[in-house]
Amino acid sequence: MVGKTAGQEKRRRNVTAPSKPLDIGETRALILRKISGVNKAPVSPGDLAAEYDSIPRDYLRAGVLTLAERLEMMEHRLREYDASVYRSTSHALPEEIAKVLAGRGKSRMAIPAGFPAAWLPEGFSFVEADGLSAPQLDRLDGLLSACTVAIAATGTLVLQTAPAQGARKLSLVPDYHLCVVEAAQVVETVPEAFAVLAPANRLATTFISGPSATADIEMTRIKGVHGPRFLDVIMIVAGSSSAS
Amino acid sequence: MSDLSSSNRHPDFPTAAKVLLEDSQLRKNVKHATDVISGKRASVTGELPDWQQLRESGSRIREHVLRHLDTYLVQFEEALTRAGGKVHWAADADEANRIAIGLVQAHSADEVLKIKSMTSEEIGLNRALAEVGIRAYETDLAELILQLGKEKPSHIVVPALHKNRQQVREIFRREMGLEDLGHRPEDLTAAARSYLRERFLRVPVAISGANFLIAETGGVCIVESEGNGRMCLTLPKVLIAIAGIEKVIPRFQDLEVLLQTLPRSATGERMNPYNSVWTGVHPGDGPQEFHVILLDNGRSGILHDDEARQTLKCIRCAACQNACPVYRQTGGHAYGSVYAGPIGAILTPQLRPLREEASLPYASSLCGACYEVCPVKIDIPEVLIHLRGKVVREEQSTLAGKLGIWNLGMQMAAAVLEDGGRLHAAQRLGRLAQKPFVAKSGFIERLPFLLSGWTKTRDLAPLPEESFREWWAKRPVRKNGGGM
Repeated sequence: MVGKTAGQEKRRRNVTAPSKPLDIGETRALILRKISGVNKAPVSPGDLAAEYDSIPRDYLRAGVLTLAERLEMMEHRLREYDASVYRSTSHALPEEIAKVLAGRGKSRMAIPAGFPAAWLPEGFSFVEADGLSAPQLDRLDGLLSACTVAIAATGTLVLQTAPAQGARKLSLVPDYHLCVVEAAQVVETVPEAFAVLAPANRLATTFISGPSATADIEMTRIKGVHGPRFLDVIMIVAGSSSAS
Repeated sequence: MSDLSSSNRHPDFPTAAKVLLEDSQLRKNVKHATDVISGKRASVTGELPDWQQLRESGSRIREHVLRHLDTYLVQFEEALTRAGGKVHWAADADEANRIAIGLVQAHSADEVLKIKSMTSEEIGLNRALAEVGIRAYETDLAELILQLGKEKPSHIVVPALHKNRQQVREIFRREMGLEDLGHRPEDLTAAARSYLRERFLRVPVAISGANFLIAETGGVCIVESEGNGRMCLTLPKVLIAIAGIEKVIPRFQDLEVLLQTLPRSATGERMNPYNSVWTGVHPGDGPQEFHVILLDNGRSGILHDDEARQTLKCIRCAACQNACPVYRQTGGHAYGSVYAGPIGAILTPQLRPLREEASLPYASSLCGACYEVCPVKIDIPEVLIHLRGKVVREEQSTLAGKLGIWNLGMQMAAAVLEDGGRLHAAQRLGRLAQKPFVAKSGFIERLPFLLSGWTKTRDLAPLPEESFREWWAKRPVRKNGGGM
């Protein structure tokens, strides 16, 4: 902003030099003092863990579907979000990727570091994009990535900052996302997905369920506000897997 | 001014509601939106065979956290600090605003991006930023509509649900200078996309709220739909998250419950488009400076009230608003509070001086629909009654309250009702006194003076000629028969 008024400048100075400076340590101690003592006596770490473990968890953890049913549910739920879903074998994957990209009219695609070179078809330009700035990403046609796990019950793809998945902005800035999911990565329930994620639960993790959308105007779901407006998924259903 | 940070001189609920009920467009918009979400919610919660078990677990996780909030907050602070983030503590709205402003100014920024955050509405952050010359851009579509239209949110999840497409178009056309803007939601959404895109790529500081703080890992989780959140979480250099101290959960794995119950309750989706979880600073990915401001602002007081503590279990899904027969008629603005509907009726009077929000615990028919849909099983009617009791006791503590017409009337009623003789006398007196008011219909249609409020919207059945007790006393007593 240009042309700030004198009043604005004055107020700005007032705030940078407050009459009573904040003492963060003091506030912290004050708040902690106020919130302690909900339990009459201090609780030992062992008791705390025991109390946590006693929380009932009678919800469904393991799924009951066969692999084929699971894939069908995943596909169905993705389509409900308006994503397109294709199936391929590991062997035919480059060909399938080429077909899908050509169908969308995409030629310059971002890929994350570690994306299997064997999956890439000829005739397109693929740019390793982890180091690109957002405006540079904005000029590419889309992202081609893998994922960590996919949840059939909710039609969700989970991406982490990991090889073949990349930094978070990759699946955000370009207007199109093509995600490759191996059949073995598809679990049925949300708790099963969390079991997969547990060993790397400090990585930046993004749950993606369909293209970006809003229902803020009259509760009408509109695709594509700020994230990718188009999401395609290729499920590798047979043949030996070659990805991470 | 309806944020919780300042003196709240708004009309009480019945007064505000009366005005809003006259606005038929508003009622139509609110009814449409709440009908649609409630319907979707019912279908996606109904398809889960373990929905009640998920509610129970979610409730118990949140209860457990609130009992050990001090331990879990310190754990969160340690974990986030190890992960390269920085934790700040704010006792009230003013402190939180000052910390946020200080961080923005440390980067010489005069613009910030904002993710929709009820907490920042609660503390009046945008106004505080504007006062020091920092311009905040709301990036959530609904918040953008409200910011450009200079309005207040009326719903926790869909803050502009009281606006229809024509009204939104009018605001965008005027504020974005788009003469030819169409009126389909697609056109309006596209306008918001291009309005904000350039700002996402340029503005260096973003301010967010948080859905969950994970004590175990120091991670933060944000649940959203549009991708504006992800833009703010990944593109700027600096990210500041302001979160109430109650937002912490023990472990990453607890999300397997809450990320099932929150989306299905909030928007009626199996999963909302985007959930982000990140842990401090990730090298080469996202902001390289990350701050969390932990806000008390009255929450610690609620923690020590055994009956009201459950208020803080709330995960802000707004299912109670969509289900509430009162909210569905009045919309959110009648509550005069950032948090409207049933959860607002119990949260606001506890975050602010009860005296100033005394009408809110009464803004409910106690039907229990809110409790039934709550994904963490907050017994809102129970807390409403508890707070009504507090309102009365607070009124009775002043001389004016003690001598007030309500207290005298209630004391008198109590004295009459606890003694059979007095009740009998009162009934006889009432039968005489009611005579001039019983209409031809056989009902009392209009009562005088202070009692007129009761008959304004309903008729009253008159006292019968003979009460049950009188009939009982007069009945012929058979030998060895009858009662005592």
